[in-house]
Parts: sequence; C-alpha cells; structure tokens
Amino acid sequence: MSWYVKPETPAKIPPAKALWEICPRCRAYVPRKEWKDNGSICPRCNYHGRLKARERAELLSDAGTFKEMFREVSYSDHLSFRDASGPYVEKVEAAIGKTGETESILTGSAAMGGIPVALGAMDFAFMGGSLGTGTGERIARLCEFAMEERRPLVICSASGGARMQEGILSLMQMAKTAAAVRRVKDAGLPYISVLTDPTTGGVSASFAMLGDINITEPRTLIGFAGRRVIENTIRQKLPADFQTAEYLLDHGFADSIVERRELKAFIVKMLHYFGF
Amino acid sequence: MAKTSKAAPRRTASAGKAKPSAAKSAMDVVKLARDPARPHIFDYIREICADFTELHGDRLVNDDRALVCGFAQIGPRKVLLCGHNKGATVEENMAANFGMANPDGYRKAMRLMALAEKFRLPVVTFVDTPGAYPGREAEERGQAEAIAKSIEFMGALKTPVVCVITGEGGSGGALAVAVGDRILMLENAVYSVISPEGCAGILWRDGAKAPEAAAALKITAPDLKKLGVVDSIIPEPAGGAQKNPKAAAAAVKKAVLAALAELDGIAPADFPALRYGKFSAMGRFA
Repeated sequence: MSWYVKPETPAKIPPAKALWEICPRCRAYVPRKEWKDNGSICPRCNYHGRLKARERAELLSDAGTFKEMFREVSYSDHLSFRDASGPYVEKVEAAIGKTGETESILTGSAAMGGIPVALGAMDFAFMGGSLGTGTGERIARLCEFAMEERRPLVICSASGGARMQEGILSLMQMAKTAAAVRRVKDAGLPYISVLTDPTTGGVSASFAMLGDINITEPRTLIGFAGRRVIENTIRQKLPADFQTAEYLLDHGFADSIVERRELKAFIVKMLHYFGF
Repeated sequence: MAKTSKAAPRRTASAGKAKPSAAKSAMDVVKLARDPARPHIFDYIREICADFTELHGDRLVNDDRALVCGFAQIGPRKVLLCGHNKGATVEENMAANFGMANPDGYRKAMRLMALAEKFRLPVVTFVDTPGAYPGREAEERGQAEAIAKSIEFMGALKTPVVCVITGEGGSGGALAVAVGDRILMLENAVYSVISPEGCAGILWRDGAKAPEAAAALKITAPDLKKLGVVDSIIPEPAGGAQKNPKAAAAAVKKAVLAALAELDGIAPADFPALRYGKFSAMGRFA
C-alpha cells in the first residue's frame, strides 16, 4: 500500500511561526488568527490548508451540535509491532498525546442545516490519518448509527492509507468499511464522501471513493499509488496536476470540487435533493 | 508498493535452500511465495479444471492480462474463476505486468462476477500479485475507485465466494479480489498490507531490513490464521508448490471443493450479511 509521501517543505521554519502561518503554496505570511478565521485558507492564493478532525467537524456542523461518539474505540496492537525506532504502542500513544484524539477518525452525531447526520472526519495529524482497526471499527459503528437513526452519512477522509503497524488487519478494514458504507447506501440513505487533502492508498481505495456523492476541495491530493512509486515504475515524469482534485474531476472520479466556504451548504443542498 | 519478482530465468534455488518449515523465517516464505517457478494461474487451471472458458475485457477500454477470468468446471462444480496472472515467460510477464492489475482488470472481474451471481454460480478467486499496478493510466482510469468498488461489490455478491491466496497477496491489489466467505491460503503464500521492502523503506528507512519487516508484519499463513484473516491453510508438497505442482494443484482443488461444500445450503440473499459479519469481526476488540 502506498504510504503518503510528504511534499517538500522549506528546510527551516522561521521563529515567527508561533504568530504567523506560512502558506505552504505561496509562502505568504498570514497572521495566525486571520488564517484560522479564514477556515485555514490562504487569503492570498486560496490554498486550502489541512484541518484537524475537530475543526472539520465544527466547519460542517450547526453550531454546538457535534457530539462525539465511540471515543472509547481506540487503536489495538494486535501484532505487538515494533520497528527500528521502537514499538508501535509508543508511537500511537505519542499521536494521542499530540492530537488529543484517540484514533485517526473522529465520529459522532451532528446537525447540518438542521438535518441530523452521522459525521466522521479523519485527522491527518494522527499517524498520517492511517486506517487502523480502531478507525475501521469507528466507521462501522458510525454506519450502524446512521442506519438505526435513518441519518445521512458524511465522512471526510484525510489519510495516507492503511496503517502498516497493524499489518493485515489494517488491510481488512478496507473490506470492513466498504461493506459498512454499502449497507448504509442499501438502506436507502445517502453517503456523502468528502475527500480532503490528502486521501490516498487504502482509504482512497475503500470507503472514500464509494460515496453516492464524492466531493473534494480545490487542489486536494487524491490517488492510489504515490507519485514517486509511479515515477519509478514507469520511468517518466508525471504532470504537475497529477492526482489533484482537478485531475480527478477531469477523469470522472469526483462529482464536484467545492470551496471550503461552500462545503456545508453544498452537502445540505444535496441532502435536500435526497428528501431530507 | 510491492517490488516485482524477477522474471527469468526460472529457478528453484530459493526453494532448494529452504529449511524445514519450523525454521523458515518470514522472509524465506516471501522468497518461496515469489519464486517464479511456483505454479501460475494457468498451471492451476490445467490441473484443476476439466474446462476453462476464458472471457475477456471490461467492455470499457481494455482486457487486462494481469487478471484472468472465465467459467470453469472444477470437479462436479461449475464456477466463475478469476485469478491474477503473473505470466510464465518474459513476454507473458510483460503483457501481464507481472500480475499487477489495472482498473480494467478489476472491472472485468466485477462484470463477470455479476454474471455469475445472475446464474447462481459460485465465484472462486486465486490471488497472486505484488499489488495493483502503480501507473499513470491506472490512476487516470481510477485505480482507487476500481479497487474500492471491487471490494464493495464482492462483499455484496449474492453467491458463494471462495478465495485462495496462492502466492503473493499484495495489499489492496490482492484484497480487491479476496473478499469472500472462505479465505484459503497455501502454506508458503504471503498476504500483507505492504511489501516487506516497502515497509522496511518507510519504518526502518532501509529497504535492506525487509526480513525484519516481514517478520514484524506477520504475513505467513500460520500467523494469518491466528489473526482470523485466513480460514484454512492448504499444505504444500515438501519444498514448496514448485517442487510438485501437480500435488499442489490437487491440494488446492480438494480445499476449494470442500469450502464450496461448506457454503451449500446458504440462501444467496444471506451472503452479504454473512460476509459483513466475517470481515467486521477482523480486528475488532472488546
């Protein structure tokens, strides 16, 4: 499974980082408050910065309606995995400490435009948003919740793919989540998948691509294999827009590219079309 | 992404050096699983199927040689057989991308699986791939979507599905045709979320640490059975399937027929829920 390859970033982060956000695309210095107030979108070049899962949930939910569920479902070290730099448990506990989340997806109930929904948002800061057994279990439970309460399902993905420290069982979460979202769709409920930056590997190749509606934000990275893996395989350079949201739309795999400011309204409009 | 196995010349050196099974390291098994002399899909078809009628194409763009599909007679059973094709010669290797399927391959398999479902035929899949093909056209034609759809589609098939991991079970490219009611695995096959080399490159920052990664990932048949991912292990002849392909094929045939017999009597409409139960239990914890 391709693992997310970090894009080139400037070697040195200036000390001013504490007060300023530096746009990764246009390198503009933006006061942190202005950056956050603007939905983590660069006011100069419209770069859509990555959101934490909770920021994403806040962005899409009616104020104060998001209620977290299944927080007790966390990672599991089935393989007693350790690599050169130590045991998996230490790394995942560090991710929990850093993000305040207990898995790579935040799940819960929310209202969107007054419509009760089952909402999931992945957090790329949690081990690259990797799909572990806890992630898969939360998604499965979120799907069951959607079916029980006849709610639309909305999942925002952000992931490098499967979590290799959980081995084959992380791969099996692709089958589990695909079957879970299928059940929601078969129950006559809509599943809206929001592919956010980045969505690759085993997540793009499972539930993230299976929405009744697949939407994404401008210039989001979406693909299966990593760019470098492909370039090494075919021994040629890939176009600059390869695996972007725009490229996906051109090739017929995204329903729409929606600006972050319009995202919630777009989803609510879809739900209205579906009779909610 | 998985590395492709070396094409030619065919050799059995790694098998010849194999230690008794108790002492085999995970990397020894990886080498056995990738041995180019190991039986390929058409070797199994020749030994197992009284008839095999290959059907081609996804009706969209292509006929992917990396994934072979057709109706087959296995003993008393008529089934749809889909399997990865690594190719036995250099020309075949190239034509079949060493068994790395494109979206077209998964779409062909889905098209024919729908036909099998319509006429109440069970589906049998043979899995032997380093992974899905990482190429420009593959991405353009929606590799992620094809794999996702195939995984979802197989989960919802209203007909029995038996999957056999015969060699390399390489990540999403393998799982795309390995969502079944019974998952069988040859003794010296491997099945992994990432190749040992890929994992070592990322987590050890050194591809040469692949043996450590192979051990840590728990990718051999006994480990996968313990983890509940594999239902049963098909024993191989001494030294591996390549030492005696006929005997290996006979064991595969027996195991497939036994698995199909276990699924007799289940109402077609019940399979999706049973399959969801099976896969949703994987990695679940109290």
